Amino acid sequence: MEQQPIELILLRQWASYLDIPVWLMDVHGDLLFYNEPAEAILGLRFEEAGRINASQLSEIFGTTRLDGSPMPAEELPIVAAMHTGRPAHGELRFGAADGVWRRIKVTAFPVDAMGRRHGVVAMFWESEAG
Amino acid sequence: MRVKLWGTRGSLAASGPDTVAYGGDTSAVELRIDDDTALVLDAGSGIRRLSDELAHCRRIDVLLTHLHMDHIQGLGFFAPLLDPDVEVHLWGPASPRFTLEHRLSRYLSPPLFPVRLRDTDNVYVHDLDPGTVELGGATVQADFVVHPGLTYGYRITADGGTVAYVPDHEPALGAVDFPGDPEWVSGFDLVNGADLLIHDAQYTEEEYETRRGWGHSTFRHAAALATLAGASRLVSFHHDPAHDDAMLDAVAAAIEEWDVPFEFVPGKAGIGFDL
Repeated sequence: MEQQPIELILLRQWASYLDIPVWLMDVHGDLLFYNEPAEAILGLRFEEAGRINASQLSEIFGTTRLDGSPMPAEELPIVAAMHTGRPAHGELRFGAADGVWRRIKVTAFPVDAMGRRHGVVAMFWESEAG
Repeated sequence: MRVKLWGTRGSLAASGPDTVAYGGDTSAVELRIDDDTALVLDAGSGIRRLSDELAHCRRIDVLLTHLHMDHIQGLGFFAPLLDPDVEVHLWGPASPRFTLEHRLSRYLSPPLFPVRLRDTDNVYVHDLDPGTVELGGATVQADFVVHPGLTYGYRITADGGTVAYVPDHEPALGAVDFPGDPEWVSGFDLVNGADLLIHDAQYTEEEYETRRGWGHSTFRHAAALATLAGASRLVSFHHDPAHDDAMLDAVAAAIEEWDVPFEFVPGKAGIGFDL
């Protein structure tokens, strides 16, 4: 496995010290890392899951709009940040790996440096039981 | 490829009777592929004495890791900069808003220096992106590493040999289990399998306890990275200005007792390597 760019290495280190859940995704859409606070919402320990390929994410996790209708991928703040290169924010229902659905808010930022996009970092939190 | 250390001191030049063996000049390393061209790594005060050695070169490429003063303060005293018969190419990181030339000009202009960079006709300044470039018969790979501000490490391959130059680097910063998984270690790709690793070794373990986040490594951090990446030789570099010859010799003697899979070479100014 090749070394990750320094921007992602530093973000992972930063995230590992925070109390807010953080999700770190590379430019291919692979979930590279999430911190301990995120494990409670994702229903999955990172040490057990490790890196999750983009193709597996929709098999493990679910997302819908708040009314329960299907959520197009481009409405997901993480996808929007990746595609537009701008911060994105949204609220949605999130189906965790342990089968529990939660209402969460997500703020995602593109990780752009020196003209290159390295991925997206997202902070998210439970907005209320849902 | 021949490699010679001209300045191995970090942060601040430290000349005096107690630093004769390791040298007091700040970062400057000479790389020669042939007699007509030269690569120079950083332009600390050690680059001044290197000037005479390069008298026959018609083209010199200077690779700057970053723009902290101890890595550029020798530029104004680098004789080829004022020799119209020599092409000097300066390479290094731009910032998100300013070119390398703009950033360097903050130093090479009054009131900090009497000569303006733009007044030299033979100097060409290049913004260097992360990646690979061919220079003077060598393949140069640049990548950002953990250090305050935009800072490159370099990996130079030529004549079948590879040297990794990472003079200012704190790969252990924030890492829970350093060195850990190579995928998440700053500098790993630069160092991977290098024949020679010239690496930051500014602090002792005790000093590091109060200097986390300052951007530098301990001797053990450097050794851990060299081990993880399979470097053949580790040269200690960027010695703290407070570390005198006796102290650095004592550390070198202690490292000789470590069980490490590489050859350790104390980074003394004036020593050279053939790769």
